[in-house]
Amino acid sequence: MTASGYKALQLDLAEAAYVASDSLAMAMYLSQKLGRPLLLEGPAGVGKTDTAKTLARVKDTRLIRLQCYEGLDASQAIYEWNYQRQLLALRASETESEDAVFTEKYLLKRPLLEAITQEQAPVLLIDEIDRADEAFEAYLLEILAEGQATVPELGTITATARPMVILTSNGTRELSDALRRRCLYSYIDYPDRETELAILHARSPGIEARLACQIIHTVQAIRREDLEKVPGIAEMLDWAAALSGLGINDLSEDPSTVAATLICLLKTAADRDAIPAEMLARIVGKAA
Amino acid sequence: MQATRFPARASGPAERAADFISHLRMNGLNVGPQETQDALTALTFVEATDRDAARLALKALLVPGHDVWRRFDDLYESFWFNRGRQRGDQVKTDHVQTQHSKPTLWQRHIDPEADPGAADGGEGQADNSAREAEGIDGRLIATRTQNLTRRDLRELMDEESLQAAERAAERLAKALRDRRSRRYRAALRGRRLDMRRTLRASLAHGGEPIELFRKHRPDRPLQIVALCDVSGSMTVYARVFLAFLKGLVSADARTDAYLFHTRLIRVTPALRDRDTLRAAGRLSLMAEGFAGGTDIAGAITRFNASYSARAVNGRTVVLILSDGYCTSPGEALGRDLAKLRRRAHRIVWLNPLKAWRDYAPVARGMAAALPHLDAHLPANTIDALAALEPEFEKI
Repeated sequence: MTASGYKALQLDLAEAAYVASDSLAMAMYLSQKLGRPLLLEGPAGVGKTDTAKTLARVKDTRLIRLQCYEGLDASQAIYEWNYQRQLLALRASETESEDAVFTEKYLLKRPLLEAITQEQAPVLLIDEIDRADEAFEAYLLEILAEGQATVPELGTITATARPMVILTSNGTRELSDALRRRCLYSYIDYPDRETELAILHARSPGIEARLACQIIHTVQAIRREDLEKVPGIAEMLDWAAALSGLGINDLSEDPSTVAATLICLLKTAADRDAIPAEMLARIVGKAA
Repeated sequence: MQATRFPARASGPAERAADFISHLRMNGLNVGPQETQDALTALTFVEATDRDAARLALKALLVPGHDVWRRFDDLYESFWFNRGRQRGDQVKTDHVQTQHSKPTLWQRHIDPEADPGAADGGEGQADNSAREAEGIDGRLIATRTQNLTRRDLRELMDEESLQAAERAAERLAKALRDRRSRRYRAALRGRRLDMRRTLRASLAHGGEPIELFRKHRPDRPLQIVALCDVSGSMTVYARVFLAFLKGLVSADARTDAYLFHTRLIRVTPALRDRDTLRAAGRLSLMAEGFAGGTDIAGAITRFNASYSARAVNGRTVVLILSDGYCTSPGEALGRDLAKLRRRAHRIVWLNPLKAWRDYAPVARGMAAALPHLDAHLPANTIDALAALEPEFEKI
C-alpha cells in the first residue's frame, strides 16, 4: 500500500468518478474499519446519496436503499409477516400448528432486515433520515449499533455480515443524540472551485477545459446570490450536459440560449427572476 | 506551528487522548470515556506520523453535528498546537442592556456568531440559563433567574432572555402541534384493523379474511400564523418578539410569520434561513421603516387580500403581537378582523401592555378589535409568554 488507508480509498473513489474530500474519505475509511455507520449532512445536491452508490461500486457489492419518509414504520423498513400466505398455508394443511407459519418462509424482508442477512456485506443507504419520525430512529438504533434485528415470533436475527451503513440528512429536523453518538459524522458542503472542476472533468470527460472553467465560475457566482434553492453539483452537471448537448463552446457566444438553459440550475420562478439576463452576462463576462 | 509541550506527567497517548476529550467536553461537546476509547481505536488505523490524518479521523469520530464541525479544527489546534486552551464559556454578566431603535442590535441576536464573545461555548451557558428559567433544577440560582424573567421585557434584552423567549415559543408551538382527531379513517398503514371493511371484503373469499384493511386517527395539527408589530411604540419589545417568532417558526414547518408597521412583510423564509448571517441581512432589508408608524388595519387588510387564502384555514391560530396603537380608524380594523375570523380557527392577540396595572383597552384600535378576538393575553414578560402554554392547550 503506497498511500495510507484513507488515501487509497480516496483514489479508488476517484477512479469510480467520485471526488471525495479528505475528511469524507477519512470518515468512510474509518466507518469501514470501526464498523460504525456514517452520517452525512449537507445541503441538497452535493452528492451525499452518490457517496453510497459509488462505495457500493468500488466494493463491488449490493446497494440496499431505504428512502425515508414521514410515517415510515417498522413493517416498511424491517420486516412484515406475509399474512395471506400464512392464512393459506393454515387452511391448506388444516393440521399445521401455529408455529409452523412463523418461520422465515413467511417473513417478508424489508430493506433493513435484508441488509443484515446478506452473504456479502452490502452498502446500506438510509436516505434522508431526517424525514422519518423520531420513533423510527429508535428502531434503527438496534440495527445500527448491534447489527441485529428482533422479530418477536422468531427471536433475534444477527447480521451474517455487517453492512456498511451510510445515513444522509438534509437537516430538516434535529436528529437524536443517541443516533449521532453511534455514527461517524461528515459534513459535505458545496465544493470549492478546484474540486468542482475536478468533479466536472470526472463526470463529463469530453468537456473542453475553457468551457468547464466558465461553467464552474458561473455556477459558483450564482451560488453566492440570494436564492431559494441553491444549485448543487447535480444541477451543475445537468447544466454542463445541456450546454454541450446544444453545442455551445463559449458561454459569452450566445447569451439568449445560455440564459434559456439556466432552467437546469434555477428550479423556481423566483430564482429565475433573481438572475436576469444582464446579471448572467456580467457573471459570464467575468468568467471569460 | 509549534506542537504543544505536554507536562511530563501526561505519559502515554492514552492520557493525552483523555485530556483532549476533556478539553472538548469543556468546550461543550457531549463526549466521555467511551469516546476516548473509540478515539484510540480509530488512531490505530491511521499512520501515526500523518498529522492531518489524525485530525481528520478524530473529526469524523467526535463531531456530532454541523455546528461543531465548523469549530472542531480550532479546538483541535488549540489543544495540540500550543495555542493555549481556550475556554469558550465566558462568564456572562447579567447586566441589563437597554435597547434603542437600531435594527443592528437585533441582528446580533439573529446571528449569534456575529458576536465573538458569545460564539464559542456560549451555547452551553445559554442552555443552562434556559433550563433554570424553566425551573427544572431547583438550585439557588433559579431564584435570581425567576426575578429576571418577571421583569418587563423592555428592560431585558440580553442573549439569555432572548434564548428563553425562543424556547417559550417552541414549547407553545409544540403544545399546538399534537392534536389527533378522535375519529378513525381508513388508511393503508393504520395502527388498527378495520374490522367492518375486512369482514365485508372477506365475503368475496368465502369468509376468509385475506385482505386486511386498516384505519388510523389522522393528525390534525393546528398551525400558527404570527403577525408581529414592529412599529415605533413596539420597538422596545421588538427583539424579544423576533426571537419569539423565530422560535415559533423553527418549531414547526408550517408556521408562517409576518412583520408589519405601515406595511406587511412575510418573514418566514428569512427566519428559517439556515445561514444566519444572510437571515439577518434579509430581515434588516425587510424591516425598512422599522420603528415607524403603525397601520394595523392596513396590515390585516393586506394580509386578508394576499396571504390569508393560502396561509389560513380552519385549523390555523392567528397570533397578533401588538400594542393596539393604530393610526387608521378603528372600524376598519374591526371589519378586517371579523373577515379574518371567519376564515381562521382562533385569533389570539398578545399585548405587552395588558399586564400593566390599570390597563384598559381604550386605544381606538384595541377597542375595535376586542369583540373579534378569541383571547387577549398579556405578553410583557417571558414568564407571561411561557404561561400562555396552558391557554394554548385549551384552544
